[in-house]
Amino acid sequence: MSERMTISPGQTPSGLSLESSSTFDRSVIDYVQRASATGLYEIRGLGAKRRLPHFDDLVFLGASLSRYPLEGYREKCSTKTLLGTRFATKPIELAIPITIAGMSFGALSANVKEALGRAATEMGTSTTTGDGGMTPEERNSSKTLVYQCLPSRYGFDPDDVRRADAIEIVIGQGAKPGGGGMLLGQKVNPRVAKMRTLPEGVDQRSASRHPDWTGPDDLAIKIRELREITDWEKPIYVKVGATRVFNDVKLAVHSGADVVVVDGMQGGTAATQTVFIEHVGIPTLAALRQAVDALEDLNMRGKVQLIISGGIRSGADVAKAIAMGADAVSIGQGILFSLGCNSHTYVQDGRHVDAVSDYHALGTAPGFCHHCHTGRCPVGVTTQDAKLELRLQPEVGAKRVRNYLKTLNMELTTIARACGKQDVHHLEREDLVALTVEAAAMANIPLAGTSWVPGRV
Amino acid sequence: MESVTKQIADWRLATGRFGQRKVFDLAAVSVRELNQYLHKELPENSLPTVVVNNPDGAHSIAAGMNALVDIEINGHVGYYVAGMNKHARIVVNGNAGPGAAENMMSGLVRVRGFASTSAGASARGGLLVIEGDASLRCGISLKGADIVVGGSVGSFSAFMAQAGRMVICDGAGDALGDSLYEAVIYVRGEVKSLGADAQFEPTTDTDRAVVAELLAVAGFKHDPSEFRRVASARKLYHWNAEAGQEY
Repeated sequence: MSERMTISPGQTPSGLSLESSSTFDRSVIDYVQRASATGLYEIRGLGAKRRLPHFDDLVFLGASLSRYPLEGYREKCSTKTLLGTRFATKPIELAIPITIAGMSFGALSANVKEALGRAATEMGTSTTTGDGGMTPEERNSSKTLVYQCLPSRYGFDPDDVRRADAIEIVIGQGAKPGGGGMLLGQKVNPRVAKMRTLPEGVDQRSASRHPDWTGPDDLAIKIRELREITDWEKPIYVKVGATRVFNDVKLAVHSGADVVVVDGMQGGTAATQTVFIEHVGIPTLAALRQAVDALEDLNMRGKVQLIISGGIRSGADVAKAIAMGADAVSIGQGILFSLGCNSHTYVQDGRHVDAVSDYHALGTAPGFCHHCHTGRCPVGVTTQDAKLELRLQPEVGAKRVRNYLKTLNMELTTIARACGKQDVHHLEREDLVALTVEAAAMANIPLAGTSWVPGRV
Repeated sequence: MESVTKQIADWRLATGRFGQRKVFDLAAVSVRELNQYLHKELPENSLPTVVVNNPDGAHSIAAGMNALVDIEINGHVGYYVAGMNKHARIVVNGNAGPGAAENMMSGLVRVRGFASTSAGASARGGLLVIEGDASLRCGISLKGADIVVGGSVGSFSAFMAQAGRMVICDGAGDALGDSLYEAVIYVRGEVKSLGADAQFEPTTDTDRAVVAELLAVAGFKHDPSEFRRVASARKLYHWNAEAGQEY
């Protein structure tokens, strides 16, 4: 993407006409010319970069005269979270409502998976496998591990199903609802290839539909099969990318899900076409409201738990998501940044090592990098390269992610106490107002200072 | 080939040693009770042959097996019979619904009648024998198992099949072997069309030996030289993500 240049009238060389176009601005011209040069769409990692209505467009109404706050530093505020209480005989109990999203071994290195497991275990939360099977590093380090059942079924193994703490059937993800996984050849090293039963170095483009079921009626039967295989012990999650969320959540509930995971369009990916990331799916804010509406319509709130993901960054985001009706959130990209993604340096044996020149070699810079798909991650997070992966030491990664989750949880309880809640799950929509008309309409929350909710009669 | 030979040895173990029969009548007990028994209550020694009567199209019968045991199902079954099977030898004396032996890891599943869609989907090991015809997407995403079909297979069979072998004694519908990876298909009858990146290839003695062995294990008497080989042209393996044609 070309750098935008501002030319003030004083600097304009005389005689040049420099009228830029809003429709064909410099980034669009750059896009057209790149497409013309390569004949191939751009593929990249991470999520939607465009500006969207988001949790930033909501604020909390703290306690005051009409509501009674809790002492911020003294009184207890519970963050305990139960998932999978509908049918599973062994539901999951988490210490915090913040989980780590599914990111594959393949997209991430084994070191990273181990770091995530350690951090999650210390914080009392869960990690999720991703597309590519379960690694021993992950199973051994993560006390609560959610095992994904994806369209590709790479490395899908009944022993791992039995070893898992929950199963997540992935219908789609927010970055690319309707698309399958993608892992370019440079990341398909011998171990990744073996786990996925693929030739080494192949540009892997996974299936977008499950191989053995079609549609919600089949899904109900598939869920029953997984329940039979696990003797009805483990919670079954169904994850959807945010599109027709109201209907999809209802269908997931009808199909027998214990937990529904909704991933908004800001959700990340290891590699997908930019056109897919930016133009398919709806924002997390809108998706969350529709999901909650669906559960309420079925009178299933509190019976089927809702996890929301896609651009959750801070404790404020977590608090707002819970207030809108989520039971928990799931974080992917925030975790990557916590590990050092887009940082200038990586840490080796307690020492910061400069990585800027490696970003430049990829044609990018810290703060802008979305080159997960290349496998050349300058900080060793999204790589399968034997040398690069050493740049992320599991103990360093684990400490960073633990600190990040701890901070989010402290922010979350700070807000909950300020709103007078002894339990973060007592946060409610009534605690929120919107700052923009768009957010008010999408979240079904009044515009701040008014009682006006767009569309409500 | 080694895997098949080993399995035959395993089956001898399973069938030769044990004479007892444990009967489940699904008209009287639930699939849950049956599967609970199969997963958690099988005796440690002297495994019985488990007989399932009146399946009446029930789903997930003997799904998630993890023991070297013989299971005989008398009648038609619904979805996912023998799903994710490991070790067990399961015979369906009837037709099977969608996803028979899906994601099987090892063992033998034999359907004496016809099989519906996605039979053997993503199966990673073991052998699936369908004595009749198989419907659409047979062997989709196959990951190392062997499938032998006595009749024909429907369209999109072996779609994205990654590893393993499929022997089809009759014909195939449209788009056979679309986007194949390293799985190999042997087909005796007419193929309506091949899928993207699938191609007919000359057969070698090794191919004929593979077909002969799989036919023998499955119990079909055909001349292996009548089978044609379909495999990947490998033109879809790499895609120009580096934008190499840039000028």
